Amino acid sequence: MRTATSKLIEGRTGPWEIVLGLEIHAQVASKAKLFSGAAVGFGAGPNEQVSLVDAAMPGMLPVINRGCVEQAIRSGLGLKAKINHWSRFDRKNYFYPDLPQGYQISQYKDPIVGEGQIEVERDDGTSFTVRIERLHLEQDAGKSIHDLDPNATYVDLNRAGTALMEIVSHPDMRSAEEAAAYVKKVRTILRYLGTCDGDMEKGNLRADVNVSVRRPGAPFGTRCEIKNVNSYRYIQQAIEYEARRQIEILEDGGQIAQETRLFDPGRGETRSMRSKEEAHDYRYFPDPDLLPLVLDPAWVKAIEASLPELPDDKRRRLMSQYGLSAYDAGVLVAEASRADFFEAAARGRDAKLVANWVANELLGHLAKDGLDIGQSPISAVDIAGLVQLIEENVISTKIAREVFERMWAGEGTAADVVEAHGLRQVSDSGALEAMIDQLIAANPGQAAAVKAKPQAVGWFVGQVMRQTGGKANPGAVNEILRRKLGVE
Amino acid sequence: MSGELTALSLKAALEGLKARKFSAVELAHAHLEAIAAARPLNAYVLETPERALAMAEASDARLARGEGGRLEGAALGIKDLFCTEGVRSTACSRILGDFRPTYESTVTANLWRDGAVMLGKLNMDEFAMGSSNETSAFGPAINPWRSRSSNRPLTPGGSSGGSASAVAAELALGATATDTGGSIRQPASLTGTVGIKPTYGRCSRWGIVAFASSLDQAGPIARTVEDAAILLTSMSGHDPKDSTSLPAEVPDFASFVGQSVKGLKVGVPKEYRADGMPAEIEALWAQGVEWLREAGCEVVDVSLPQTKYALPAYYIIAPAEASSNLARYDGMRYGLRIDGPSLTDVYEATRAAGFGEEVKRRILIGAYVLSAGYYDAYYLKAQKVRRRIADDFAAAFEKVDALLTPTAPSAAFGLGDASADPVAMYLNDVFTVTVNLAGLPGLSLPAGLDAQGLPLGLQLIGRALDEGTLFRLAGAMEKAAAFQARPTRWWRGS
Repeated sequence: MRTATSKLIEGRTGPWEIVLGLEIHAQVASKAKLFSGAAVGFGAGPNEQVSLVDAAMPGMLPVINRGCVEQAIRSGLGLKAKINHWSRFDRKNYFYPDLPQGYQISQYKDPIVGEGQIEVERDDGTSFTVRIERLHLEQDAGKSIHDLDPNATYVDLNRAGTALMEIVSHPDMRSAEEAAAYVKKVRTILRYLGTCDGDMEKGNLRADVNVSVRRPGAPFGTRCEIKNVNSYRYIQQAIEYEARRQIEILEDGGQIAQETRLFDPGRGETRSMRSKEEAHDYRYFPDPDLLPLVLDPAWVKAIEASLPELPDDKRRRLMSQYGLSAYDAGVLVAEASRADFFEAAARGRDAKLVANWVANELLGHLAKDGLDIGQSPISAVDIAGLVQLIEENVISTKIAREVFERMWAGEGTAADVVEAHGLRQVSDSGALEAMIDQLIAANPGQAAAVKAKPQAVGWFVGQVMRQTGGKANPGAVNEILRRKLGVE
Repeated sequence: MSGELTALSLKAALEGLKARKFSAVELAHAHLEAIAAARPLNAYVLETPERALAMAEASDARLARGEGGRLEGAALGIKDLFCTEGVRSTACSRILGDFRPTYESTVTANLWRDGAVMLGKLNMDEFAMGSSNETSAFGPAINPWRSRSSNRPLTPGGSSGGSASAVAAELALGATATDTGGSIRQPASLTGTVGIKPTYGRCSRWGIVAFASSLDQAGPIARTVEDAAILLTSMSGHDPKDSTSLPAEVPDFASFVGQSVKGLKVGVPKEYRADGMPAEIEALWAQGVEWLREAGCEVVDVSLPQTKYALPAYYIIAPAEASSNLARYDGMRYGLRIDGPSLTDVYEATRAAGFGEEVKRRILIGAYVLSAGYYDAYYLKAQKVRRRIADDFAAAFEKVDALLTPTAPSAAFGLGDASADPVAMYLNDVFTVTVNLAGLPGLSLPAGLDAQGLPLGLQLIGRALDEGTLFRLAGAMEKAAAFQARPTRWWRGS
């Protein structure tokens, strides 16, 4: 199943392998909370999006939000996972001020989605499989704010009761890079499905990382869980720190204590939050306020039929339909909007050329300015126009870069720019022949050198380009020079 | 005049109001006076005279226009477990302090929709946990009935002790109550009133302070079978805000009262013959069988073999759910809060001061049976028992249309008699918890008096959503029993 060998860490006493499993918490894209009907949204004032149910007033009862269930089913289908037509909500009991009910409604024994798997691409283009153990729906807690007052904690319940999907993987990752790539892939799939906006800065997608180390081939070691890591960079830093910490303990003859740890981004280290002995007994039991969640198979089928093309399918299609490289296709499918942009630009054009311009020039420029493709100052139609000028030999690739910069700067379409700045390529063979005849006559020594060493023809090409301001068609120039200098 | 008005049945009062023989304001006044005169009973923990009179005036205005709902002008008491908008609702617990909901429970909202008038909030065991009303933070409600041989105060039962006491003492035409393990039927039995716990899901739980969600069910306590049917018709109905509410049509339950019971088959489960059960109860049960036979029913013996496991299973499941349901009373958002140096101190001090002994006991039992390592042995096992009990009933109902049992193992007992021994207290629920575990309707009606002149009740158990058959049978038994006894108004004397 794995297509590359694990990346091993060299310790003082030999190599170690990192074993990683992730729990991704993805906020369900929904206008309303999981059980209360209160609005969900970013930017509301403290405690402005709190219903009686969210505040756990006496006698209040949860009612499942059908839209959130649909999103969980979509996500499960997108992760190629088994949809459980019978699932159930459990209560996870613990006390905390940002948990008004004194319990979180979650799915413990019978999740809505079971086993699945996804293909994850590494940066080098190879890929590996991560098995999904389950996906379940649960409520988020509110937010405790400890830094507003030295003597008090404030609680904002806006987030309390918001729907989360917890996606649990098997321990199928072997390096920090693989873990980050896995989170990226899950995020991409959820964004394609429209089931989570994937905004990690707002905490709408975050991960708990289970880290253990072992000697290659040995049984799994004892794991530590690092809670709530919310960026790719932090995920990698936390894993690398934690793996090294565990290896040092083991190499010093110690044992790993199973515990929950927190990642401190400021110090780049993890520290103990609570040990296994201090772990809560959550006293899970089925929530008696809710009936089991029984799904109509026809509904699940209808949701399946409405799924968009997913990243893996899209990547394969871009490669076969347009002949793109795995790398270009991978870059383009990372966001559905990129692939859409590409396909719009590629209509009737040289697709590989279009892919090249989109994946490299355009995305590079966008990244530098922190823009996404929806905010691109150059439209798909204009990229197509630029590529068309290249295809039709109106401009060379080199000139095209200059044209692109001017388009980026807002000077208009490629045709506008070429016209305004006289960048049209000189392909008129009469004019080029006259220019070349003159050059050969004026430089007999160079002409002789070419006869002895054909590569020296480059000098003449350079002269023609200089005289035409780079606008000479390089193909035509080469053809004329070779003919006139008798080079094969 | 006022004595006459409060003595009316709900049905008669509604007819009198409609015929404008008296006004809703007069009716409310009569009850408010009776309540004020009956404070020694401690049935009401909050009297709401201003609200009662305002609602009665509105009822009179509607009646004057020839309008008005099914309960227009009916003066009712509301168990303090129901959240009532703007009116203190405490579940008779210190932990809710002076809590005033900004919302109205669905059941009470249904009553107000139909024109009922609220007299006040009724006493109960704290969070509905108890069988004698003695766990109330407001002190026990007192049974209006007294033994022939002694004037010592007796319990009206629990948890709906205030509801039963108020209805028996004519301090309301009827009352709301709730029943998790017998809390409507046992107090009805101990006070000579009629109480029905309908099918689980008939009445919305929305806005009722939760004790054990899978067992809690609202229902009425009234003085006649027909009155109970009238009240239940208004209280019932599907509520999308309660996921366990049943989307079932609500019939006019009163229309079943008086219907012939000829040809109905009634089962007598032999397992309800408890050890040490007073002979008087045994005899009354046999009398009940006779009444049904005379009315044309076929009475047969049936077996519910799992019955003996019901009480232990109930006292695992109910505390388990309660331990979680009561976690929200943490001093953070409403109700009592005792400050302390750390968060844990605040939790501990608040809950230690806010909850009474019985509530604490059940939270501890509940947390214990749900904890890792014990869950399978207790909670899961109890759920299996629960399923077997439901299967027992299902098998019985293939042969019979209803079951007849005693409601409680004894008549009203003295305050303090059972409160020292929790298990003795729990045994009060032995005939009633099975019905909650199976989600079935159960009705208690007064059948006679014991040698001490205290009322005793019999219980009818029906198929899910078949309250109609229970009202038919109860109507026939009520007629046969001709129970006319009323407690003397000793509280007015002093």
